Amino acid sequence: MILAWLIAILFVGGLLAWYSERWGGQWPRWITLIALTLDSLLVLILLAGSDASLFKPGDVWLEHLLVEWIPRFGISLHFALDGLSLLLIALTVFLGFMAVSCSWTEIKERVGFFHFNLLWTLAGVFGVFLAMDLFLFFVFWEVMIVPMYFLIGIWGHENRSYAAMKFFIFTQISGLLMLLAIVALVFVNKAATGVFTFNYFELLKNPVSGDLATWLMLGFFIAFLVKLPGVPFHTWLPDAHTQAPTAGSVILAGVLLKTGAYGLIRFVVPLFPEAARDFTPVAMFLAVVSIIYGAKVAFAQSDIKRLIAYTSISHMGFILLGVFAWNALALQGAVMTMLAHGISSAALFMIAGALQERIHTRDMARMGGLWGDVPRLSVMALFFSIAALGMPGLGNFIGEFLVLLGSFQVNWQLTALAALGLIVAPIYSLIVIQKAFHGPHNEKHSLWDFGPREMTAMGLMVIAMVWMGLYPQSMMNIANPSLTETMRRIAISAEKTP
Amino acid sequence: MNALDFVGLLPIIAVAAVSVVLMVAISFQRNYDLAWQIAVAGLALSMVTVLIAWNIVPLQVTPLILIDKYALFFTFLLFGSGLIVLLFCYEYFKVRGGQNEELFLLVLTGLLGGVVVVSSNHFASFFIGLETLSVSLFALIAYPIKESRALEAAIKYLILSAVSSAFLLFGMALVYFETGSLSFNDVGVFQTTVNSQPYSFIGMILLFIGLAFKLSLVPFHMWTSDVYEGAPAPVTAFVATVSKGAIFAVLLRYFVQANAFEYETFFPTLSLIAIVTIMGGNLLALLQTNIKRILAYSSIAHLGYLLVAFAAGLFVGVELVIESVIFYLVAYILTTLGAFGVLTALSPSDSEADSIEDYTGLFWTNPWIATFFTVMLLSLAGIPLTAGFVAKFYVFAAGVDSSLWGLLLVVIAGSGIGLFYYLRIVIEMTKQPVESAGTTQIKYPATINGVSLSFLTVLIFWFGIRPSALIEMIAGISRGFG
Repeated sequence: MILAWLIAILFVGGLLAWYSERWGGQWPRWITLIALTLDSLLVLILLAGSDASLFKPGDVWLEHLLVEWIPRFGISLHFALDGLSLLLIALTVFLGFMAVSCSWTEIKERVGFFHFNLLWTLAGVFGVFLAMDLFLFFVFWEVMIVPMYFLIGIWGHENRSYAAMKFFIFTQISGLLMLLAIVALVFVNKAATGVFTFNYFELLKNPVSGDLATWLMLGFFIAFLVKLPGVPFHTWLPDAHTQAPTAGSVILAGVLLKTGAYGLIRFVVPLFPEAARDFTPVAMFLAVVSIIYGAKVAFAQSDIKRLIAYTSISHMGFILLGVFAWNALALQGAVMTMLAHGISSAALFMIAGALQERIHTRDMARMGGLWGDVPRLSVMALFFSIAALGMPGLGNFIGEFLVLLGSFQVNWQLTALAALGLIVAPIYSLIVIQKAFHGPHNEKHSLWDFGPREMTAMGLMVIAMVWMGLYPQSMMNIANPSLTETMRRIAISAEKTP
Repeated sequence: MNALDFVGLLPIIAVAAVSVVLMVAISFQRNYDLAWQIAVAGLALSMVTVLIAWNIVPLQVTPLILIDKYALFFTFLLFGSGLIVLLFCYEYFKVRGGQNEELFLLVLTGLLGGVVVVSSNHFASFFIGLETLSVSLFALIAYPIKESRALEAAIKYLILSAVSSAFLLFGMALVYFETGSLSFNDVGVFQTTVNSQPYSFIGMILLFIGLAFKLSLVPFHMWTSDVYEGAPAPVTAFVATVSKGAIFAVLLRYFVQANAFEYETFFPTLSLIAIVTIMGGNLLALLQTNIKRILAYSSIAHLGYLLVAFAAGLFVGVELVIESVIFYLVAYILTTLGAFGVLTALSPSDSEADSIEDYTGLFWTNPWIATFFTVMLLSLAGIPLTAGFVAKFYVFAAGVDSSLWGLLLVVIAGSGIGLFYYLRIVIEMTKQPVESAGTTQIKYPATINGVSLSFLTVLIFWFGIRPSALIEMIAGISRGFG
């Protein structure tokens, strides 16, 4: 039941926030905070229960909820939570707070509708992380797109209509490909067993094989690759990230991209182990291209948000690499990267958003010498840039290192190329610091430094980042049982096929 | 004919009787409100008679009419759409002046024709019903007699209808020539017993072409955008829903009962028509700036998606196909009604809100109507939580069931293009409003339009979130069909 509450609170909170606009002032913000607080309490309860129960062998699921929905097609409201979902849910709630915090002064118009969209996006993301019925999963997959589209399209920057539409169309078309694959999978399963079911666990029992499996796997893979995003389907991301309001960028980079990675781990690998394994060379190649291409293009940007967006493409490449390395180390690394990148990219977008709010530009050529003006902001920028470039002791390093360690065992050539990404990372990260914060003042700005609200938000993220870097085992413990289960499935399928 | 037969016929009798009552009432005294009330109350009553007849079907009443659950379901759907159209008409025509009482009469006779069409399983009743419907439509489209656009639209529709009737009649003649019967079932029996039937195959194709005109499938779609643009908004809603719904229903009935789904050789033609309909509708919609024309081309595209589900019938059992088509039509009709309802509600007294600029900033000047319109557009685009998504899911299910991969990829491409023009309208509504005094302010829910639109919105969400009951009902109908 707790899972239904998690989602329902956000949906209801969103409606309430919208309605509360007419009470004026800060009501929508507070209602959003209350909804998020309630959810974070639930998440804490789940986290507290996770240690003891997680280690039951064979059953990695902490919570289950199954209610019939459309019996005609065997569709049910089926939610379940394992360690992986739990970590991502926790990340989502955390970044939800950050999103509210960074839009506190930025969003001045139609505040109610803004928070409605924010909460509904988060609700959609929750649904994606929890749904264990493929139809339901697809519903939430789309539900998170529509409010995000409004966030970009209404509160975005100068080129928002274009960016919002591009975002929507990319995700929608790839989503429909996935829907086609889902329906086909269900009909194949029906042909084999005689019953319609969209239940994830039922579908796992009858893996598809042969050419059909490859096609179906591609349907899922493309949808997730678009969301991740990986080359060559990444072009929506720089536009969407750049044009979105800060809160939109935070949610996009921090959480929405992770749904793609989550989909790969949860659906592509377990449902089509054979087909995915055969696809490994292509996937790894795409991953390496994403890593290097993203890093290189990031370096060439003058728009600070665009730069961060391209670095996301680069970091997401590591996740793709980790998932398709087919060993536990790399998979753990992928999960760690998801979490760490969620925090670091969100923080960087918050800093970029704060700068834009103050000096009304994202162009780094017009910045320069800001360190003297806004020392607190600059320190934070330096901290998260260093985190993003993979400094040991911080979260990103753990994730990317594990990925490389794992994939080295599989394909050292591509891994070596991917490692180049770690070398380019300091260049593009430090160029931001150099251009924006050091050097002479290119223009005179009157700006104010981070206040207590912003410093609290940043402080929390710093703590999370350091925690992940120094004690990653705490998160591994939560995620490991489900990752082990995934590895077990892979091993079984590998045994079956000669 | 016994008493039970009359109970079965009650819906048809009721709507015919209401038409007569209304005609007499108008001839005694012209009173807009009274005429409207009679029409609405009469139609509501007719909907009740459908429920009465529901428990005693199926009934073959004379060789002409088959009252079964399929027919009654569509009867109810058509009456419901007619009722909504009447609700939209009230304020729209009230402010326009002129003598508008007969408009309601024409809506009722149009519905009568539609109901006969969906209950027919004989060429004679099919044709009579179709003509009753079409003649009512000519008059409805041309109702604002002083507007050249409307007259032009009506003439266009008249001529193309005549052409399509010619195709239909010739097709029927060929089928009759070979099978010696006008009844769908007899044709079906002939189909299964005789191996070579060249004439009835050609006849079936001609029939299909005749109906393709009315359904505005590409390349028989030329009239659509002009008629949609020229007709008054509520009438456009009527053309787009009642007429297309009834005709698709009978097309499906013919294909099932006359075993026309046996002609697998029809597949290349059918899929080609589906492809050009989807792509043509969507691509042409991109070029439009007039909302009514956008909706016209979008409706063409939707009929294309529907045709994909229909084409699945050539390969697999028809049950899932019937189910898909019915659900799709329900979703399509509700959504289209809603979209034209928004147009109606926003139209000022001397023109129509059909240019895209009329919608700039609607989210902030008129949030309720804008929300309704957004829901309609998202449903047309097939976004989850709306009925349109479940409908699209059905198309996928039917298509996958018979492995129409190519057609489904075209559906996906079409939906992608479709998003462009749906989102364009949504984006227009979210822009900053233009400061002008001319914008009409519609207060919610003070008006009939507001109430009807909220009702439609709720239904669209309801069938999107809790479609189970409707699906079970439709599945029951499709199992007991044929």
